[in-house]
Amino acid sequence: MELLYALTLGILTMSGVYLLLRARTFQVVVGLTLLSYAVNLFLLAMGRLHTGMPAVLGKADEYADPLPQALVLTAIVIGFAMTAFALVLALRAQGELDSDHVDGKGDN
Amino acid sequence: MTLALIVLLPFLGCFLPLLTGERGRSLCATATMLAPIIGLVLLWRHVPEVFAGETVVQSWPWLTRVGLNLSFRLDGLGFMFALLIMGIGLLVILYARYYLSKNDPMGRFFAYLLLFMGSMLGVVLSENLLLMMFFWELTSLSSFLLIGYWSHSSDARKGARMALAVTGGGGLALLGGVLLLGQIVGSYELSDVLVAGDIIRAHALYPVVLVLVLLGVFTKSAQFPFHFWLPHAMAAPTPVSAYLHSATMVKAGVFLLARLYPALSDTDLWFFMVSVTGMITLLVGACTALFQHDLKGLLAYSTISHLGLITLLFGLDTRLAAVAAVFHIINHATFKASLFMAAGIIDHETGTRDMRRINGLWRYMPHTATLAMVAAAAMAGVPLLNGFLSKEMFFTETLQQHQFGNFSWIIPLVATLYGVFSVAYSLRFIHDVFFNGKPVNLPKYPPHEPPRYMKVPVEILVALCLLVGLLPAFTVSSLLAVAASATLGGDLPEYSLSVWHGFNLPLIMSIVAMVVGIILYFTRRQLFGWYERLPDLDAKLVFENAIQKLVGRAGQFTLLLENASLQRYMTWMLFAALVVTGFWLVRLPVWQGEVAMSPVDGITLVGALILMVAAGATAIMHRRRLVALIMLSVVGLMVALGFARFSAPDLALTQLSVEVVTIILFMLALFFLPRYTPRTSSRTRSFRDLILAGLAGLLVGGLTFAVLTRPYDTIASFFLENSYSGGGGTNVVNVILVDFRGFDTMGEVTVLAIAAVAIYALVDGLRLRIPDTDMFGRGWARATRPLMLVNLTRVILPLALLVSVYIFFRGHNLPGGGFIAGLITAVALILQYVGSGEQWTTQRWGVNYHHLAGIGVLIAGLTGLGSFAFGYPFLTSAFGYFHFPLVGEVELATAMLFDLGVYLTVVGATLLILANIGKLSGSRTIRETL
Repeated sequence: MELLYALTLGILTMSGVYLLLRARTFQVVVGLTLLSYAVNLFLLAMGRLHTGMPAVLGKADEYADPLPQALVLTAIVIGFAMTAFALVLALRAQGELDSDHVDGKGDN
Repeated sequence: MTLALIVLLPFLGCFLPLLTGERGRSLCATATMLAPIIGLVLLWRHVPEVFAGETVVQSWPWLTRVGLNLSFRLDGLGFMFALLIMGIGLLVILYARYYLSKNDPMGRFFAYLLLFMGSMLGVVLSENLLLMMFFWELTSLSSFLLIGYWSHSSDARKGARMALAVTGGGGLALLGGVLLLGQIVGSYELSDVLVAGDIIRAHALYPVVLVLVLLGVFTKSAQFPFHFWLPHAMAAPTPVSAYLHSATMVKAGVFLLARLYPALSDTDLWFFMVSVTGMITLLVGACTALFQHDLKGLLAYSTISHLGLITLLFGLDTRLAAVAAVFHIINHATFKASLFMAAGIIDHETGTRDMRRINGLWRYMPHTATLAMVAAAAMAGVPLLNGFLSKEMFFTETLQQHQFGNFSWIIPLVATLYGVFSVAYSLRFIHDVFFNGKPVNLPKYPPHEPPRYMKVPVEILVALCLLVGLLPAFTVSSLLAVAASATLGGDLPEYSLSVWHGFNLPLIMSIVAMVVGIILYFTRRQLFGWYERLPDLDAKLVFENAIQKLVGRAGQFTLLLENASLQRYMTWMLFAALVVTGFWLVRLPVWQGEVAMSPVDGITLVGALILMVAAGATAIMHRRRLVALIMLSVVGLMVALGFARFSAPDLALTQLSVEVVTIILFMLALFFLPRYTPRTSSRTRSFRDLILAGLAGLLVGGLTFAVLTRPYDTIASFFLENSYSGGGGTNVVNVILVDFRGFDTMGEVTVLAIAAVAIYALVDGLRLRIPDTDMFGRGWARATRPLMLVNLTRVILPLALLVSVYIFFRGHNLPGGGFIAGLITAVALILQYVGSGEQWTTQRWGVNYHHLAGIGVLIAGLTGLGSFAFGYPFLTSAFGYFHFPLVGEVELATAMLFDLGVYLTVVGATLLILANIGKLSGSRTIRETL
């Protein structure tokens, strides 16, 4: 399972980083989103992979580590704010420069 | 206290001229004089102690751990310098009152001057070397302001910059030297450093210390080859030159030589470095001075030469030579200040400083001429004047040297040559300016005597030259004695300060210098012709060129790294991250740790495969943006399921609702952005990026695998044990969020609200071209809003709100909470926007999202503050169980109030973001299109 998890994260990161290096704002934001998925999954895994033991008292005999989960929860919401901000920045650039190139260059 | 006050007074006093600058020149000058006058009175109170040979130290601990203390020291040397700085400073202030024209802002000038005076006093009165360094740098900075006072002139700006660059660079070296010195001695207090000479000299780092300190000294005191800044500093107003180049600035360097003399001198290295530098400077300065046509240029090079003389004397490294050096510091200050002032008067009255045009001024200003001639004679070392006495001592000392072995005769020869040149240029100053025919084409004609009080400072200084020269025993001897013994740090050698020492070798050297100097002057035409033919080497051009080149190189280098391309930055950052992290990962002997892997079940495998394929597809199909977006949503969904699979239900719920909001946002953005990406990246670039991405994937995957297969230690048990008893909730994740780490959450919601406001600001005033067709050239569908969607969303709204309330309340004990409930509410409301349009929704639901987000943050913050009222730290929660009729047993906790704040912020911020972007598409044009 651990190997599969690591492999998934690797693919996710690879796709995210590749998109992050593209020249268009849309791709960069999509890449950023993929990368934040990877980061959140990575953080969760720092509490190790557990099956069927949510950190709710009385629901199981053993509990998964709640601390990374709490961190990831806020990270998801902040990640949304960041994605939204990046997107709006891209829109603003499109509006001001009439181009969606990350360096604000025209297409020609 | 008095010593600190002497140093501080000019700094405090520099506000006075600024305040009085507009109210008359005399008032301004008088206000400026206040600080040095009080300083002199304070200094005077220490006369008994200083002349008894005591050292006054006043100290306050400051940053004791780094060895920096506010400690001041007054001994003979410091006293002499403080006297010169404040005394000549006063005269310069009086002089400048008449020198500055009505167009020059006088308040600013005097403020700079006082700033500089305070810095100089700080240098000479500091007991702590680090404190001295602080003032040393201040002198560089404030002299920059003074030299560049006429900032409209390019020469002044360049001169000021050059002075700052050279002396500032030297200051950096000196700081290094001082730090090493403090390390060697174990203290930065001069009292400790000065008695530790033997330790310092024996230390392995002594040569380094010496070179660094000497770099500071030589740059400040304009020693060869750093002398070039001084002539260019002549672009300053003449009072500044009179001050900086006689008693202060350039003397700071030789002051340091004198100050550290007991600690650093008495080695061969000292002898060779200091004396050779002094000798070269002495000759270069004296020789160049003769060929200057600019009155101030002549004085500038003469200053360089005299500084070389003082340096050489310290370098000769005999006790008597050090006495002569201190003596010459006093003498040079008096005659050079008066000469600069005389030059300023001539410049002021004739409008030029060119000696080829200024001739025969004797007829027009006999009074000034007499004063200038006496001062110039002192500079030449004519008997009965102060310059003669120290020059004789210098000649005597040069004859005592045997360090150069068979070449020791060089030093007296150089000294005599110096004498020849100094007689020649002094004679030129007298003869060329005041006699030698008639003035040629003066800008101001006829010249006349300056205002009465402009001459007073010159008169005082010239009188001092005469008095010291005639009656040294009654005037200067006691001051010299205490200053010299403070320099040597012990008993004084035998010396006599009389005018007549009998007919001896030094006197013969003087006579030779006098005669040859006069001959040299009268053959000057041939010499000038020879000098004209020399290649023109303007230090300013060379320096500026070097600076320009340096700036150019720096710019090129910056451009290489920072070419305003996000792709370039990303590549570098990723590369750096890869190198830093990869370095450690590669060094792991095996990636797989000792913990056994858990088995894979079928459903998880399928889920993981879908996730991987979708992620890959997002990247591969990124040009077709809508497809990529659909793939992205698949990834997000699988991630949410992944959270659920690995025992994180809260995360799954959050991810799911965030996913909905994110995808809606992307769809809105995609409406305005091009729907298709042109292929612009070259194949090599794509390949390079692929390699980089692959490495990043390998790194993250490898790291995850390496960590997951190793045992771990956690602090989770604390939270699990205290969640119910301390936080009153069984959902540990939620309790961590609203209680244990509530402060973090507080920060997070604040960031969320800030992001929302920032997005609002970005969207405000944004004009986007709305595409008429999609990427295939098809026009937009003109259908009205889908009936089913409209009705369904309206039905869903109350249900969704109910669910979100439920989720909110159960959050403390079961998966849920403010974050998730907020997101669900937001999604339900956004559905109304999607289904029924922005206008319809706003009419019925007139909530201001700014306020909502703000209120949310406020509630969260106030809940935290509330615990102060009960004497608990910020964000301590309280809870209790209450019985309500119908509802039954209910738990109420202050943490819930906090969670309410989180809820409101999330709703407010999310809707603020989405509604604003949505509004863009709802603008008039689009509505007409739709």
